[in-house]
Parts: sequence; C-alpha cells; structure tokens
Amino acid sequence: MLADFDFDVIRRSLGYLFLDGMAFTLTLTVLASVMGILLGTLLAIGRLAGPKFIAVPITAYVNLIRSLPLVLVIFWFYFLVPYIGQWMTGASRPVQVGAFASTLLTFTLFEAAYFSEIMRAGIQSIPRGQVSAGYAMGLTYPQVMRYVVLPQAFRNMLPLLLTQTIVLFQDTSLVYVLSITDFMGAASKVAQRDGRLVEMYIFAAVVYFLVSFALSRLVKRLQARIAIPR
Amino acid sequence: MSYNWNWNIFWELSPEGTGTYLDLLLQGLWTTIVVSIFAWTIALVMGFSIGVLRTLPSRIGQGFGTAYVEFFRNIPLLVQLFLWYFVLPEIVPASAGLWLKQMSDAPFYTAIFGLGLFTSARVAVQVQAGIESLPVGQRMAGTALGLTTAQTYRHVLLPRAVRVILPPLTSEFLNLIKNSSVALTIGLLELTARTRAMQEYSFQVFEAFTAATILYLVLNMIVVTGMRFLERRVAVPGMIAEH
Repeated sequence: MLADFDFDVIRRSLGYLFLDGMAFTLTLTVLASVMGILLGTLLAIGRLAGPKFIAVPITAYVNLIRSLPLVLVIFWFYFLVPYIGQWMTGASRPVQVGAFASTLLTFTLFEAAYFSEIMRAGIQSIPRGQVSAGYAMGLTYPQVMRYVVLPQAFRNMLPLLLTQTIVLFQDTSLVYVLSITDFMGAASKVAQRDGRLVEMYIFAAVVYFLVSFALSRLVKRLQARIAIPR
Repeated sequence: MSYNWNWNIFWELSPEGTGTYLDLLLQGLWTTIVVSIFAWTIALVMGFSIGVLRTLPSRIGQGFGTAYVEFFRNIPLLVQLFLWYFVLPEIVPASAGLWLKQMSDAPFYTAIFGLGLFTSARVAVQVQAGIESLPVGQRMAGTALGLTTAQTYRHVLLPRAVRVILPPLTSEFLNLIKNSSVALTIGLLELTARTRAMQEYSFQVFEAFTAATILYLVLNMIVVTGMRFLERRVAVPGMIAEH
C-alpha cells in the first residue's frame, strides 16, 4: 500500500536520475530532433522535387520506417551500426560504437521519416502561386525554396514539428531495451537495486507527465500566436 | 563483412522445442495479432466513450475526458506498462494484488489492458475531432426532430463522424500493432521478442530481423487493404467531397 511510500529513495537518487539519466534523455531528444528535422526536410524536398531515382528510394525508405515498430528499429541499428562502422572505416572487425552515438543515429534516422512527412505536408500547403511568383521574380529553384517556400512551411508546421518532438522525448524511454541509462533506465536501475519499484516508476511517470504536459501547453499557445493571418 | 549468412536457419529446429525458428517467429506474430485485436477493442470502446463525453455539454464530463486524455498521452507507453505491471499489484488491497501477481499470462493481459488504454486516449481525440467537424446544424436538426441527445448521437452524429475518422483510426490501429512490441519489456513474447530470442539462440541477427521486418510489413499491408475496403463499403456517396 501507499502508506510505506519511501520518498527518501527518490531524494537520494535525484542526482543520478537527473544528471545522468535526464541529461542523456534531453541531449538525445534535442540532437535527434534537430538532425531529424534537417534530414527530414531534405528527404521531403528530394521526394517532391528530385528525379525519380532519388524520389522513389526516399519514398520507400519513409514508408518502410513508418511501418516498423521503433523497438525493432532500435535493435536493427544496435546490431547494424558496428558493421556500418567497419565498412566506413575499412576496419577488419565490426567497430564498437558507444551507446549514445548508436542511439542518436537510430533516433535521427527513424524520426527523419516522420519529420519528412510533416515537412512534405508543409511544403505542399504553400500555394502554387507563391512558387510561380518566385520564378517570375527570377529566383532559381533553390532560392524559391530557401526564401519563399521553406520559411512559410516551417512556420505553418512548427506546432506539428514540436508535437512530434514531444513524442520523440517520450519515445527515447525505449532505449531501456538496450539497458542504457536514460531517465527511465536510471529510474529502473535504482528501482531494482533498492527494491523500490512503486516509488521509482510512479516518480518517473510524474516527471514524464509534467515535462510532456508543460511542453504541449506551450505548443498550444505558440500555435495561436504564430498562425499566419490570412 | 565478416558476417556468416545462413538463410536456411528458419528451417532449423529452435531450442525451445516447439518447432523450427520460423515457427518461433510465427508464434510471436500470432501473439502480436491477438494482443492488438483485443487491445483495439478496448481502445474503441473507451475511446468512443471518452470522445463523446468531451463533446457533451457537461463541464464535469469534459473535465474528466480531458484529464483522461492528458494522462494517457503524456506518459510514455513503456512507463504506463510498468505502472500496470509492477506498480498496480502493490498499491491495490493486498488480496487483489496477490491475485494480480499470481495470474498466469500476466504480461498478456497487462499488454492488452495497457495498450488498449494508451490507444483509447488517441482514439478519443479523433472521435471528438470527428464529431466537432460536423456542421453544428446536424445536432440542431436532430433536436428539432425531437430526438433525445442519445438518439442524436446514435442516428445522426456518430454514423457521420465514424466515416470521417476512418483513415486516422486506421493509422491508430497500425500504431497499436507497432506499439505492441513495447510489451516485450514486461515479458510478452510477441514478434520482436521472438526475433530477439531467435537472434540469441542462433546468432543469425540479420536473418531474424529481416524476417521480422517482412512480417510487420505484410501485417501492415493487410490492415491497410482491409481498412480501404471498409472505407469504400461504408462510404456515403457525395458525403466527402474530395474523394
């Protein structure tokens, strides 16, 4: 029962939970979302404007990744990355890559597929007339993208991109399957070491809830403020 | 590459003694399907209830619906499953906790329950959006015809809202199937867990994961095709202009 709820186990492990665990979770979330949005935007442009031999493989990649569970993809990359490293460095044996680099690569490549769908919708939501106006002014295709389409697409899609980032923040807890010390990993290690599962898992749930809830409220307010008046 | 490919591994016997490695993966696929279907039933029942509740003119009802949705949407699925699996038996009265702990197949039932509730919050949001997307005159027309609120929902609002939200519901069902792999953390032997087991027994990492990838893709395609068929079957001509 909750009567013997031990707050002290939480207080004692705060440093480990946040300085080790949450720091990993947040770094992974921020880096993977920034790199995922950049790569996702490139994929979206390649898919919309690229020649067939670029657009078709990108479409296949995005659809493939989006039909697979993240857990399966995490395992895929966990086993695949050492061989990619071997191939890139020309080493004779599979290269051991650190847990952080491996998960960062996984989440970037995984989330890029989702971000690219958001950016594709964003780019397609810009009226054709905008692009034509850009060409009429003598801009080249990259210039039209850079100065006309992408700024508006980013602005329109910012709430969705941020919502996807909150999803990513929650999804990083799945690195638990590789026994990595992210926030959830740290919580479960303390929980098992001290036999305090109830306290640690409830505390983890409360922290995830507060962060995600606060961020989603911010996104909602942002959404109202940045809407382009039409 | 210093990797030894062996695609014949699927026809070799697995050490679990229940057949070949292919059988092992197919058992996992079966668990994934069964868990997903049961969880989807919970998600639809709870999702429609909460979604409708959020559109009713009751402050308390809306508040409860919002709290429900925010609770299940802002905690990672992994943490939710841990709460149901590890925490719930400890905080309920001792006899109920004992019953939960002694339940055989606990991961199976916990996965269905946890995935169902997690997905129901997402379904609720879609149901609410679907009902709110209908012109307000629809509800008024129902009232003007003398229908009660329940009858308006049953005969006017829900039949139209369901057709509007079928595509997003398809995505939610696909997400549910993918999310069922998270239940391997509480010991559910679904497809990804079986793939891991095959990899650990046989060391044929990439064959095992390629097979799992193909199985997930096929399952995905079956659901998409089935839902497209359902969409066409229930479509009301002229209702959705852009199709």
